[in-house]
Amino acid sequence: MEFEYRFQHKHILGIEELSARDIGFILDTAESFKEISQRPIKKVPTLRGKTVIHLFFEPSTRTRLSFEIAAKRMSADTFNISASTSSARKGETLIDTAKNLTSMKPDIIVIRHSSSGSPHLLARHIKASVINAGDGTHEHPSQALLDMMTVREKKGKIAGLKIAIVGDISHSRVAHSNILGFTKMGAQVHVSGPATLIPAGIKQLGAIVCHRVEDAVADADVVMALRIQKERQLDPLLPSLREYAAFFGINRTLLQSAKPDAIIMHPGPINRGVEMTFDVADGEQSVIMDQVTNGVAVRMALLYLIMGGEDR
Amino acid sequence: MNSFPALLLQNARIIDPVNNIDEPGDLLLAEGVIRQRGKAGSISCPANGLTIDLQGKWLVPGLIDMHVHLREPGEEYKETIASGTRAAAAGGFTAVACMPNTNPINDNQSVTSLILAKAAAEGSARVYPVGAISKNSKGTELAEYGELKKAGAVAVSDDGRPVANSQLMRRALEYSGNHNLLVISHAEEVSLSENGAMNEGALSTRLGLRGIPTVAEAIMIYRDLALAEYVGRPIHIAHISTRESVDLVRRAKNKGCPVTAETAPHYFTLTEEAVGVYNTRAKMNPPLRSADDLAAIRVGLRDGTIDAIATDHAPHSAMEKDVEFDQAANGIIGLETAVPLTLALVRENILTPARMIELLSVQPARILGVAGGSLSEGNSADITVIDPGKTFVYREEDIVSKSANSPFLGWELTGKAVLTIVAGRITFRDL
Repeated sequence: MEFEYRFQHKHILGIEELSARDIGFILDTAESFKEISQRPIKKVPTLRGKTVIHLFFEPSTRTRLSFEIAAKRMSADTFNISASTSSARKGETLIDTAKNLTSMKPDIIVIRHSSSGSPHLLARHIKASVINAGDGTHEHPSQALLDMMTVREKKGKIAGLKIAIVGDISHSRVAHSNILGFTKMGAQVHVSGPATLIPAGIKQLGAIVCHRVEDAVADADVVMALRIQKERQLDPLLPSLREYAAFFGINRTLLQSAKPDAIIMHPGPINRGVEMTFDVADGEQSVIMDQVTNGVAVRMALLYLIMGGEDR
Repeated sequence: MNSFPALLLQNARIIDPVNNIDEPGDLLLAEGVIRQRGKAGSISCPANGLTIDLQGKWLVPGLIDMHVHLREPGEEYKETIASGTRAAAAGGFTAVACMPNTNPINDNQSVTSLILAKAAAEGSARVYPVGAISKNSKGTELAEYGELKKAGAVAVSDDGRPVANSQLMRRALEYSGNHNLLVISHAEEVSLSENGAMNEGALSTRLGLRGIPTVAEAIMIYRDLALAEYVGRPIHIAHISTRESVDLVRRAKNKGCPVTAETAPHYFTLTEEAVGVYNTRAKMNPPLRSADDLAAIRVGLRDGTIDAIATDHAPHSAMEKDVEFDQAANGIIGLETAVPLTLALVRENILTPARMIELLSVQPARILGVAGGSLSEGNSADITVIDPGKTFVYREEDIVSKSANSPFLGWELTGKAVLTIVAGRITFRDL
C-alpha cells in the first residue's frame, strides 16, 4: 500500500534537498494560492500569529519584497533586518545572530547571504525554519520554483522540454537551482555562455554544455537569460559587455531557431541590450512579469508548507 | 617530566630503517642517550633503572613533524609552544619544525631566539624554527638568513604566503646556500587560487564555492623545481596534494635533481567529499582533492617520490572555524592523528612499517639536517613507542592541542603512540 504523500521539509535550503514529488507539490500549492493575490482583500489568516524575519545580508529589492508580500498576504508578522556582510563580519557572527534571533522565537527566517552554505549554518543553530533566499553562488530555490511554476503554467508540463539557460552560469545561484530543478522534473537543460563563465563539473549537475549559444537555443521550449554582472569584466572573464551582447545576447534572429512558441525568461534585474535586446525582453514571448507574479505565490506556498500546511 | 638514571625498553619490535633492523629487541637508555641495543632479553637493567615491557609494541626512532604551526608568538589562544609540543608528544613526535607565520613573523633572529627559549623552558619536544623567506613574508626582500641560521633556524619558507615573485624565489634559493638553509616551498599560484575555498570541480560547483584548481599547485611546483635546478640548489616542496604534483616531483627526481617533498595525512585519507555540507573542519590549503589525487599521493608515498609525512598542524579556534565556509580559516590540527592515519596505510599494505618510519622520522631528520632518525648506540635517546593495535575513538575532550579543528573527531582510529621520550626524558606515556 502506498503511503499518503506529506511534505516533510522543515527548511528550504536548496532544490538539491527536494524530490520531484516535493517540487510538484509546492507548485500545486502555489497555483492554488495564486488566486488570493487577485482578490480585492488580498489576505488570508493562514499564518496569523507566526513571525517571519527577513535577514538580508545582501541587497535585494525584488526577492525581499516578494517574500514580504507573501508573508503579509498569509497574515504573518514580518520583520526585516538588513546587514552588510562586512559589518556583521566585524561584529557578531552568524551563529550569534542565530542564537539571538532564536531567543525572540521567530517561526521562519528567510536569509540571503553572500556566503554559500550560510542558510545551512543558520539552520544548524536555530530552532526556526530557514528559507534560503539566495546564498552566494550556491542556490536560490524560490527563484527556481517560480521559474518552474511559470514554465508549467505556460507549457502545461515540464518533463520533456528543452530549457536553454544562457549567460553567467558560474556565478549564478539561479542557474544552479534551475539546472537541478528542471532536471529533476524531467526537462533537458542546455547551458551556454562564454567558457569563462561555465563552471567546472557542471555536466555532473545534469546540464548539457553548448559552446555555441545557437545550439542551446535551437528547438528550445524555454530560453532563460541570466544577468551579467558588470564587474565580471575585471576577473578577467569577459572582454566587454558589447562583445558579450553580440555573441551571447538573446535577440530576434537567435530566437528564430527556438520553437515558435518558446517562452523567454529572465530572473531580473535585466541589463537591457546585454543579456537580451529590448524587443525580446518586452516581446510577446516574454514571461518575465509572470515570473514576478508567480514569485509571490511560490513563496506563499513555501511559508505555508514549512509551517506544516495546516489551518488552510 | 620523568627522568631515570637508566631506562630499559624490553621485548619491543625495534624498527630502525637506517640500521636495517626490524626485529624483537631491547634498548637501554641512560644519561639521555641510547646506551645499548640488543636482542630481546639480552640486556639487563642496571640498579635504580626502570624497565618497561613493550611486548607487541613498536619501538622506533623519535618521530619528527617537519611542518607545524605553533602559533606562538601572537596567537596563543590557538596554540602555544608548550601546548603544541605537548600535543606533539601525545602524538608520538619528539621534534617539530614550526612555520614562521606567527605574529610577528619569524623573519629575524629575535623571534627565532624567543621560540627556542620558550621551547627549552616549556617544550615537550624539540623545536626547529623555520624562518621566513622574505621580510615579513611580504615576498619583496630577503630575510636575514645568516642571522636566522645563527639563532637556530633550520630552513626558510613563506608558508601560507607563497612567494609570487620568481626573482625573489631564485635569490632565496641562491642565498640560502651561503648559510646552508633549506628552502621549503609552499607551492601555490595565488592568481589561480585566490579566494578559493575548496578543490575546484563538480563538488565546488554543486556547493557554490570558489574552487582552487590543482594547476595552482602544479604551476608553482614546476616553477620552483625549475629555479632550483637552474641555480643548483636543493628544494623541499611542502604539503603536496595532487597527482600532477607527484608526477612533477617524480620527474625531477628521475633527472637527479635534489628535490624532496612532503604530504599530510589528510591528503592520503580524505577527499573533497569530506567538505560535506560546508564542514569547515575539512577546509585547508591546499584543499582536499579528488579520489584520483589521493590514489596518486599513496603511490608517491610508497615509491619514494614523497619523502616525508608532515601534519601541517594548524590550530584554529571556534572563532575562525564556526563561521560561513568561505570566511573560515584554512587548516586542521594533525599532531595527534598522524600515527593512526599512517598506520592505516600499513594495514592496507601500501606502506611497510619500515617505510612508515622513514616517512615520519628518518627522512624529516635528513631533509632538515637535524639529529635523529635512527636508533644507533650513542645517539640521543629520542624514542617513540607505538601500539599498532590500540583502538580508540578520537574525541574532542581527549585532544591535547589547545584547538579542536579536526575532521577526524568521532573517528575510531587504530594505532597510537604510547610512550614518547626526548633525550631520555619521558614526554608522554600511555601504558
